[in-house]
Amino acid sequence: MDKVVTNAKQAIEGIESGMTLMIGGFGVCGLPENAIAALAETDVRDVTCISNNAGVGDFGLGLLLKDKRIKKMIASYVGENDEFERQMLSGELEVDLIPQGTLAERCRAAGAGIPAFFTPAGYGTEVAEGKEVRVFNGKPHILEQAFSADFALVKAWRGDRAGNLIFKGTARNFNPVMAMAGKITVAEVEELVDNTELDPNAIHTPGIFVQRIFQGEKYIKPIEQRTVRVRA
Amino acid sequence: MSLDKEGIAKRIAQDLRDGWYVNLGIGIPTLVANYVPDGIGVEFQSENGILGMGPFPYEGEEDPDMINAGKQTVTLLPGASLFDSAMSFAMIRGQHVQLTVLGAMEVSDTGDIANWKIPGAMVKGMGGAMDLVASAKNIIVAMMHTNKKGESKVLPKCTLPLTGVSCVNRIVSNLAVLDVTPDGFKLIERAPGVSVEEVRNATAGRLVIDGDIPEMAL
Repeated sequence: MDKVVTNAKQAIEGIESGMTLMIGGFGVCGLPENAIAALAETDVRDVTCISNNAGVGDFGLGLLLKDKRIKKMIASYVGENDEFERQMLSGELEVDLIPQGTLAERCRAAGAGIPAFFTPAGYGTEVAEGKEVRVFNGKPHILEQAFSADFALVKAWRGDRAGNLIFKGTARNFNPVMAMAGKITVAEVEELVDNTELDPNAIHTPGIFVQRIFQGEKYIKPIEQRTVRVRA
Repeated sequence: MSLDKEGIAKRIAQDLRDGWYVNLGIGIPTLVANYVPDGIGVEFQSENGILGMGPFPYEGEEDPDMINAGKQTVTLLPGASLFDSAMSFAMIRGQHVQLTVLGAMEVSDTGDIANWKIPGAMVKGMGGAMDLVASAKNIIVAMMHTNKKGESKVLPKCTLPLTGVSCVNRIVSNLAVLDVTPDGFKLIERAPGVSVEEVRNATAGRLVIDGDIPEMAL
C-alpha cells in the first residue's frame, strides 16, 4: 500500500467549510503544524475543531482562530490563548469544554466502533447536565457518546508509505486515538521512510487507520513553558 | 506561623507510600516531587502520557517533545514509559494510580471540590481534573485555607461550579491537615505554631476536634 501524498496542500484536499476536524497534539506538543498551516491558506471556515487545546496566538489553531474561522471548539483546556478568550466571552465562538479523559475516550470509541460509554468523570457537575446517569458497582456514571469527525489531522515522528506511525516522547498524546477516529486521517511525519524500515513490533498506530501520509516541510516545535534546572 | 507552599508540599510528601503511582496537579502539588522521603519509591504520572517523570532538564537539554501536563519541559527517569491520552486516562479511571494531589478554589465538608471555573470570568477548562477526582482512591487537596480576602475556602457547601462530588479525602493547607469524614472536616494536625482556635476561625465547614491536636512534624 502506498498512501503518500506530496505535500500538506494535497493532504488536506476535501476539507470543506462546516466540517468537523480532529486535531492531534497536547498544547503545541505533537501538533500537525504543516497541515494546519496549509488549512490556514485555504478559505475553509465555520469548522468545528476537536482538540485538547486551542493553540497559541500565531501557531496551531491560533492561525484559524484569529480569522474567526472556527465555529465551535471542543476541548478540555483553553487557557493559553487570549484571542480564544476574547471570542468566547463575546459569543463569537461556541465552546464545549469536556474532561480530558472523556475527550480521549470519545475519540477512541469513535475509532473502535463503540457508540457510547459510561464514565464517572463529571458526575454531579455541569458536564453531566442532560446526560443519562447509571449506577455501576454502587458508583454513578454518565453516558458519553463517541465523536464523529470528517477529517483527523495527526502528527507522528516517523511513518512509512503504508501509513504505519511511530510517535516520540509526549508528542504521542491524542494523535493515536484521533487517527483511529477520522473518516479520513491525514498523518504528517518528521521522517517518511520505505515500508521495510520500521520495525512492525514498534508501530504505535497501524497503517489501517491512516488514509494519507506526508513528510512535513519543516517543524518549528515551539515550547510553551521552558523550564530548566541549574547544573549543580 | 502558617506554612508556605513548600511547607504544604513537604507535609503532603509524608503521605506518599512506597510503590505508589502518583499524579501531581499544577502549582503547589508539583512541588511535592521535591520532598519524596528517603526509602520511598514512587513514580509520577503526567496525564499527557508519562509514567516515571523526572525533574526539569538542564539548560540546553530541553526537548519540545517531552513536556508535562503543565506544558513544562521535563525529563524521564530510568524505568519510565510513554503512552497515549486514552491509555493515560485508562490508568486513572481504572484506579491504577494510587494518589492524586491537586489544588482547589473550594472544598466542602462532604468532600466536594471546585477548581475549574469562576462564572463570569475566563473559563480555562477542567483539563484532566474531573477524570482524576472521579476515580482516584486517594485525593489530597493542597490549598491555602482562606482566600486573599481572608474568607474560608473550606466550606459547608461549595459555591463555585463543581469539579467532583464526595471525592476529597484530605486537605493539607497552610494552617492544618483536615480529613473529610461523615461528620465533616476532622482536624488531624496543626501547622507549626498555629492554634486550634486559628484553624477553627478559618474553617467555615463543620469541624471535628477530637482530643489534643498534634503539630505537624516537618
